[in-house]
Amino acid sequence: MPVLEHLQIRKFVVGSAEARPRICIVTGIHGDELEGQYVCYKIAHKLRTHQSKINGRVEIYPAINPLGVDSVCRGIPTFDLDMNRIFPGATDGHVVERIAHDVVEDLKDADLVIDIHSSNIFLYEMPQARISESTVEYLLPYAEMLNLNFIWIHQAATVLESTIAHSLNSIGTPTVVVEMGIGMRITPEYGNQLVDGIFNLLRNFGVWSGKQPENITTPIVSNKGSVSMINAGASGIVVSYAEHGTWVKANQRLCEIVNPLNGKVMQEVCSPIDGLIFTMRGYPVVYEGSLIARIYSPN
Amino acid sequence: MKTIDIFKMRSPYRGDFVIKGYLFGGQQKTIAVVGSMRGDEVQQLYVASQVVKNLQILEEEGRLSNDVGILVIPTANPFSLNVMKRFWTMDNTDINRMFPGYSEGETTQRIADAVFEAVRNYTWGIQLASYYMNGNFVPHVRIMQTGYEDAASAEAFGLPYILLYKPRPFDTTVLNYNWQVFGTQAYSIYSGSTDSINHDMAKQTWQAILRFMAKLGAIHPNLGPAYQPITFDESRLHTILSEHAGLLFLRRHVGETIRHGDLLASILDPLTGQTRQDVFSPSDGVIFFAHTKPLTYGHTRLFQIFEQP
Repeated sequence: MPVLEHLQIRKFVVGSAEARPRICIVTGIHGDELEGQYVCYKIAHKLRTHQSKINGRVEIYPAINPLGVDSVCRGIPTFDLDMNRIFPGATDGHVVERIAHDVVEDLKDADLVIDIHSSNIFLYEMPQARISESTVEYLLPYAEMLNLNFIWIHQAATVLESTIAHSLNSIGTPTVVVEMGIGMRITPEYGNQLVDGIFNLLRNFGVWSGKQPENITTPIVSNKGSVSMINAGASGIVVSYAEHGTWVKANQRLCEIVNPLNGKVMQEVCSPIDGLIFTMRGYPVVYEGSLIARIYSPN
Repeated sequence: MKTIDIFKMRSPYRGDFVIKGYLFGGQQKTIAVVGSMRGDEVQQLYVASQVVKNLQILEEEGRLSNDVGILVIPTANPFSLNVMKRFWTMDNTDINRMFPGYSEGETTQRIADAVFEAVRNYTWGIQLASYYMNGNFVPHVRIMQTGYEDAASAEAFGLPYILLYKPRPFDTTVLNYNWQVFGTQAYSIYSGSTDSINHDMAKQTWQAILRFMAKLGAIHPNLGPAYQPITFDESRLHTILSEHAGLLFLRRHVGETIRHGDLLASILDPLTGQTRQDVFSPSDGVIFFAHTKPLTYGHTRLFQIFEQP
């Protein structure tokens, strides 16, 4: 860096350098997503204090975008693009592209990568995995081990080909994306849930010989139903009447969009279907089009 | 000239968000010009406004054909311009990475949808672009190699360079790419600056746009001479990366002709002023791109040199 600073992407390694299997936990690509920080802490703490129970290697990368985390910035300061839209990176552009390139090189021979995200500052997400249709066959079994509530199987989109997960999956490094919580906050309940899931997965890989986590959740998988997006039809302030992680009926009120100047209700937003709210608006200010909720219907 | 509203939306705390378009000539969908989509694209806004101004003059003088139709949208993002913020003020998303848009989607998807509905089906589309990395380019036309492009048609702008480049996955949601996919011959024009106005380069750019329109018979302006452009792809550009970080002291600037061994820049220790690195040109050529901020990281693009054979 220009002034008295050296930018580093750091990882904590437990297990010997050549040990197998190699499981990597990656987070902090978006600087406003902090749920993964708690997960990294809990896993690192447990592994450090139980090293005799590790057969293999676990690597923890808390901050792929340390400048963003440090400056409360989703992206990378001074750089236009979302860091999770520039993978696999490049060596002849901006230094951020070089970082993306080197991170992929570092991760590419892992047996599994878990990429932890926490939404953004606008939306609450229940603990879930997101898997592209093209990778569901080999990633779904791993996602089901992670003690998550929901697995969203989504269509492939060209723009998602520049994510770290796509880049690694496309070169044969299985990578599961986890989303949970909300930006700029830590939800310990979700973090503890995922930590149990990760240790359950580590046991399945033979990496962890410690106690088996109990009561691992069997997730709902979206390809058995459908997902509806609900967007704001008016601009204003959201007053919520439903929470993420809850089941709603068709026509049940999710929220109102109100005008703080004249006291009017601009729009009453209701669920179009019976289903599970797996995403719910958290940030109150909305424009027309702002995402209010995503609802999974099993029918 | 006819003024139309391309898109209108109520905001929670500000006035109405409105995108204006200006129509000239006939009913045909011949040429569409889109100016700034980001809040720091003031050069792009200025160029588009001068296109509108000049078309108005030509119309008043009877030198605008009714056999072609022209639409100019000077800006698709007045809200971000007004607070001098590059991306969408609420959620920091980029309108120019939301195309082709979605009318039922999120806010910037809806804006992109409205803009795309207005400009799709035009035969030719011109977008005044800015780059995702810090720095300025020589004014040039940039065309994505999608398989739909017609590079030769870009010679009508009379700018000195036409650069062909392969789109990356994150380019598939920009206006230019979607224009091409949906049947419009699309050009990105780089006008030499973004967040400040360079009058000479802006004039070169709007004259290039008018020259393009004139070649199509849309207008009959009096313009200066054009360049005979060189068409090339990115393999003709030699990239110079910084080896060190520090204060960047540019000694040569974009558009300059340079010789092998010329000193282009120095990177200084910001505390002691000592030189950490002198940057020399590896070849004869023209500085096609130059980093412009006063601080640079290491391993970052400083220059691109268009190598002359």
